[in-house]
Amino acid sequence: MLNYIIRRIFYAIPILIGVNLITFTLFFVVNTPDDMARMHLGTKRVTPEAITKWKQERGYDKPLVFNTTEEGARKFIQTIFFEKSAAMFAFNFGRADDGRDISHEIKTRMLPSLAIALPVFFLGLVIHITFALVMVFFRATYIDFWGVVFCVALMSISSLFYIIGGQFLISKLWHLVPVSGFSDGLDAGKFLVLPVIIGVISGAGASTRWYRTIFLEEMGKDYVRTARAKGLPETLVLFRHVLRNALIPILTGAVVVIPLLFLGSLIAESFFGIPGLGSYTIDAINSQDFAVVRAMVFLGSFLYIIGLILTDISYTLVDPRIRLE
Amino acid sequence: MTSLLQVDNLKTILNASVTPVRAVNGLSLQILRGETFALLGESGCGKSMAALSVMRLLPEVGEIVSGSIRLSGKDLLSMPETDMRRIRGKRISMIFQEPMLSLNPVLTVAEQIGEVLERHFDLHGVMLQKRILEILNQVGIPDATRRMSEYPFQFSGGMKQRVMIAMALAGEPELLIADEPTTALDVTIQAQVLDLMRDLQRQKGMAILLITHDLGVVAEMAHRIAVMYAGEIVEMAERDDFFRNPAHPYSQKLFAALPGRTKRNQGLAVISGNVPSLSIKFVGCRFADRCDQAWDLCKTIAPAWSKINPKHQVRCHLYSNEAEARFQNQIKDKKSYSKKNFVSQESIDNSKLLNVINLKVHFPIHKGLIKRVAGYVKAVDGVSLAISRGRTLALVGESGCGKTTVGKGILQLITPTAGSVCYDGLELVGLDRKRLRAKRAEFQIIFQDPYSSLNPRMRIIDIIEEGMNALNTKAESEIGNRVHQSNLSKEQVVDALLQRVGLLPETKWRYPHEFSGGQRQRIAIARTLAVNPKLLICDEPTSALDVSVQAQILNLLKELQSSLALAYLFITHNISVVEYLADEIAVMYLGRIVEQGNVSEVLEDPKHPYTQALLSAVPEIEPKSKRAVIHLFGDLPSPANPPSGCHFHPRCPKAMPVCSNDYPKVINFSSSHSARCYLYEQSPFS
Amino acid sequence: MPFKLVILWTDALIYLLLVLVIFFVWFVRHNEHLLVPWRRVGHSVSGMMALTVLTIFITIGLLDTVHFRPAIENNSSTYSKVYGVQVLSLFDVIATPLRTSVEKTYSAPFAAHLYTKETIELSGGSQIREFPRLKFGGAHLYDPETQLVADVIWRTVVGIGFGIFIWCVFVASIVMLIAYRCGKKFKQTFFAIFYNETEIPWRAIFIMLALILVLLGSALVLSSYYHIFGTDKVGQDVFYQSLKSIRTGLVIGTLTTLIMLPFALLLGIMAGYFRGWIDDVIQYIYTTLSSIPSVLLIAAAVLMMQVYMESHPEFFDTIAARADLRLLFLCIILGVTSWTSLCRLLRGEALKLREMEYIQAAHAFGVSHWRIISRHILPNVMHIVLIATVMDFSGLVLAEAVLSYVGVGVDPSMISFGTMINAARMEMAREPMVWWALLSSFSFMFTLVLSANLFADAVQDAFNPRVKTLTFVDRKFAPR
Repeated sequence: MLNYIIRRIFYAIPILIGVNLITFTLFFVVNTPDDMARMHLGTKRVTPEAITKWKQERGYDKPLVFNTTEEGARKFIQTIFFEKSAAMFAFNFGRADDGRDISHEIKTRMLPSLAIALPVFFLGLVIHITFALVMVFFRATYIDFWGVVFCVALMSISSLFYIIGGQFLISKLWHLVPVSGFSDGLDAGKFLVLPVIIGVISGAGASTRWYRTIFLEEMGKDYVRTARAKGLPETLVLFRHVLRNALIPILTGAVVVIPLLFLGSLIAESFFGIPGLGSYTIDAINSQDFAVVRAMVFLGSFLYIIGLILTDISYTLVDPRIRLE
Repeated sequence: MTSLLQVDNLKTILNASVTPVRAVNGLSLQILRGETFALLGESGCGKSMAALSVMRLLPEVGEIVSGSIRLSGKDLLSMPETDMRRIRGKRISMIFQEPMLSLNPVLTVAEQIGEVLERHFDLHGVMLQKRILEILNQVGIPDATRRMSEYPFQFSGGMKQRVMIAMALAGEPELLIADEPTTALDVTIQAQVLDLMRDLQRQKGMAILLITHDLGVVAEMAHRIAVMYAGEIVEMAERDDFFRNPAHPYSQKLFAALPGRTKRNQGLAVISGNVPSLSIKFVGCRFADRCDQAWDLCKTIAPAWSKINPKHQVRCHLYSNEAEARFQNQIKDKKSYSKKNFVSQESIDNSKLLNVINLKVHFPIHKGLIKRVAGYVKAVDGVSLAISRGRTLALVGESGCGKTTVGKGILQLITPTAGSVCYDGLELVGLDRKRLRAKRAEFQIIFQDPYSSLNPRMRIIDIIEEGMNALNTKAESEIGNRVHQSNLSKEQVVDALLQRVGLLPETKWRYPHEFSGGQRQRIAIARTLAVNPKLLICDEPTSALDVSVQAQILNLLKELQSSLALAYLFITHNISVVEYLADEIAVMYLGRIVEQGNVSEVLEDPKHPYTQALLSAVPEIEPKSKRAVIHLFGDLPSPANPPSGCHFHPRCPKAMPVCSNDYPKVINFSSSHSARCYLYEQSPFS
Repeated sequence: MPFKLVILWTDALIYLLLVLVIFFVWFVRHNEHLLVPWRRVGHSVSGMMALTVLTIFITIGLLDTVHFRPAIENNSSTYSKVYGVQVLSLFDVIATPLRTSVEKTYSAPFAAHLYTKETIELSGGSQIREFPRLKFGGAHLYDPETQLVADVIWRTVVGIGFGIFIWCVFVASIVMLIAYRCGKKFKQTFFAIFYNETEIPWRAIFIMLALILVLLGSALVLSSYYHIFGTDKVGQDVFYQSLKSIRTGLVIGTLTTLIMLPFALLLGIMAGYFRGWIDDVIQYIYTTLSSIPSVLLIAAAVLMMQVYMESHPEFFDTIAARADLRLLFLCIILGVTSWTSLCRLLRGEALKLREMEYIQAAHAFGVSHWRIISRHILPNVMHIVLIATVMDFSGLVLAEAVLSYVGVGVDPSMISFGTMINAARMEMAREPMVWWALLSSFSFMFTLVLSANLFADAVQDAFNPRVKTLTFVDRKFAPR
């Protein structure tokens, strides 16, 4: 088992290298630093000096992958690739356009992001599974039928509308909580209620329906018939037999997103004015701060790969068939 | 004995498609306390649905529309669901066909058995554990203390079925319903499980409703028998009575369709056509369309029960009063079975068509950090065999012994690890792709599963033409030529081929899903014939088919052999098919052939203990000629880690110390008969 | 010619898609066994009702796809005609009254006055601040205060009547067609439909159609006198914008799949069929791509594209061409991020299929690999592709809105649901609120996505009642 996990970690390295190469190509090869400088400074009336200065400020004035003016290993070290891309493996993300240290920003902004993402994730999981179980328990009745219809309707609403609608109803019309904002400590609660509720609701349609199909699939299996043939009541069949089996794909499917929770949500955070990583990314996109976007891409895939490894581990924990073989 | 279960005029329908399927249509039966009652029938006749109706565990589309089911006089159908739950698992238990799927994969064996005890006996804690252990010991699970906390996937197929039985026994039921309990198991394991069930029944005095399609199992187990056909029972009798004198034409045909040694040189009786779809409404006798003794009355009026003797009744007009007038005809008809004789063509030259020497197929097992090869699954480990032109070699063995891999290795569908496959003087192993392709037309394969062997998205004509196109076979197919003696287009060849295997040429425009299992197997045969093979590898071609359909396919294969001089490598686990079809036989165990010889030599005088056990485990339908079953312990070991010495020695009743040292050498008993066993070595202890 | 046909990139692809769909329909109609699952789709009530709605949307989208540049009146030279830089679509021409009736700024639905007060100079030279009358909305009324409600009701009634009339004509002709094809009498067919005895749920379709036509009829009649969904900041009609957004949504929903499909199919099947190092390489590619969170990958790619377009303005002769290329590029990027899941699915299926006995039989015949892939594997995975395609559609339409909101979606000059919402959101804080743009985009988008979801469900049920694992629509952009 330990062997297995170590092997998974080894597999992750080439993937991270691949991601790194993709970002490098996207950010430095498709468009040269000159293009970026011109774009930032305005395409018209831009002097070569201004471009050089812009590049120097950001450390983009070196060759891409091979520096002929240097000696020895410095031929490779004194390059954009080494300083900007390879450095990310050491979580050295450099500075944003406004001069702040990106690593520091990420550290401070992680917490607000988690403050929303974690409750949404866990509350959502519990609530959606509960709804799905109710629907499965009343399967082939009107509760189930209308439940599915309701789920499809919920799925058809853009997440933007959930946020706009929630802000309008709860904050503007009923004045229950503030529209947006954030504060440290316990005060944050009143700012978090609305985004969490909206987060849970907006995911409800798709997840509930998905869990329902997993449950139904398990219900159709032979061992359920065996359980019934033992004379077990339906609730016991559902909770002891079906739930245990169905939770394997559900939980392991959920584990992969846990590390990604650090990244927060792009739109929810920007709508609610929460100073997390999501809104950080959006701001970077809007101000075309490439350094930040690049850092977030790398961080995102790093967390995703961690998620994959965690999924494998959780499989071995939850499923005896994998644990014991 | 008093009546335990009384079913009257039970009707169950399945609302699956547009028209409801009448799965059970007026079933009445009575099961006495302590007896084994067998419900015998081919697939799709509604016997499983009947059992599930008794348990009230029908699938959601199923519905009991009328009738009554009484357990000791208590009506089960009018009972509220909560009361019914007290019956299930307590008074009536059930075991299912697939032990693999019927156990919950994430609960331990103890948990699953304990559930029944908690529910029906309110046992908890230490008492519960003690009782679970007791039951597991009862069903013969070795090392039960340790194994009770294991999960189902850690058990072998036979052991899983024992766990299922333990679960069913936990409630100490009065009635055990066993739905094809041994169909998914190998013969030697089947013998173990059947034995266990018989013993337990004797101890507990419970009644068993045994549902099966296997006449042999019925003969071994049942006290009374009901034959089910198309949703209703057509004959009911005591066992001896039934086997001595089956009354219904359908029952008679089932016996006649069984292959066996005594029928070697004749065609098997076949029941034409297939089991009718249960969604149609029947007017007369349900069997009338397939019955060769049917007359007008059979098609218009459904026959009522006729009594042959007080305990033997049959639903057939032949035994009713109206039949008197036809009595003479009947006797004549009875003799008109198709007794087509096959002349065994001894004149065929005896040269070897295929010569396999020391064939090995090993699959690597990857392990560790960098997935290095840690070992090999020795699926085939040094198999040598030879087939002459126009002859049949049967390769016999239990599942997992590597017999299918031998077939694929010969065809180079799997690249052999070592050894030589010499076809007609040409070495196939290591032959380059192009030259191999040119030879491919000469050896072909027929697969086991008729449902996955035809591409569902292709028309029959495309399926049959595929081989011809790929191998560029000229349109002058041998069969085609024999029919028309002229240059034929591909389409005409397809027509001729379809007719050759007994299908109408018009069917070539259809898609596979419109055909039954037997018809698909015919199409698969036609597909191989299209390229004029000399050697056919038949990989269990009839094991997925019902007995009556199996007879059709066996007849066809036999007839094709005598007219086209085909050689067969017949891979099977079914001894009676071997007896019927094979000239030579090779018995395989864990990747190696342990005994081979002419069919008569091996079957009449088996030398190797495994062959002896295998043959004795086959259920016999003639109760008198019963052999003592030789019991094998345990299950087939993993081919990744075979036992040292003779692979069979841990299970062998005659094992000696020397057996665990080295694999025994080949001992010849005659020019054709040989075995690999220390029992026959001159000085085994030297 | 008074116009010059313009075929933008996405137009060309839509035409290609159309050709493919027509060919597919023709092919299915000639293959009985392929027709069977489609019949099941045809028998699904919700699916057919959804399809009716979708047909309307698709019609609008297709009308909006035929682009051209009208000629400008030019007296100086008779030889060379000069075409305007503005690219119009057939739909624009039909909706000319909507397109050209531009007000000054915001106005509420059915309003006759602007939403903001303006200083108006009276003829006497004095100035007052009041809500000025609109140039087009309700301009025909003499005294909106008293006349407006009655006028709206009257015109609604006219519109409904108009809708019902069209509906009657439509229903009559369809019933006649069915009767003719089945060789039955008109009355017989009509009653069969009325009592819902037909195999295809015509009654439900007709009810749905009645609803649509009544809504459409009244909307059409009203919209030539009023701004039925109000106007936006620059005075453009919101109803017109909503209708224009449909094409953007459809393009994103369909072309993304069209573009990524060949890659997913080829690579997925190859990985599963050949296994070995080919499998390893393909798996590596899609794991790497899918490990980058899709929003971030899209954001990065779109940002880079923006830079590229800014530095190469010479490639685009019109604004429309530029916006269109950006749309196409968005489709490609979305395709790159979404092909991985289909690819993984197809790989798994190919792995299963390659062990099937009919493929083993084909090997025994020495059939070549590519023939096995094209004749045996491809036809047996097509249902998965179809289901994935229809299930992806709604997710992609939703994704567009989120991406445009984030600022990495379509070109700001292109009308889409996302840009509409984005613009409207700015006015959320305004008192009193400007709500109509949101409402309009919400209802159009909801109808489109809901009917797409329902239709996808029907297709999935019909093609694969057992494989339910596909039901989950991967909502990449759900707020978390």
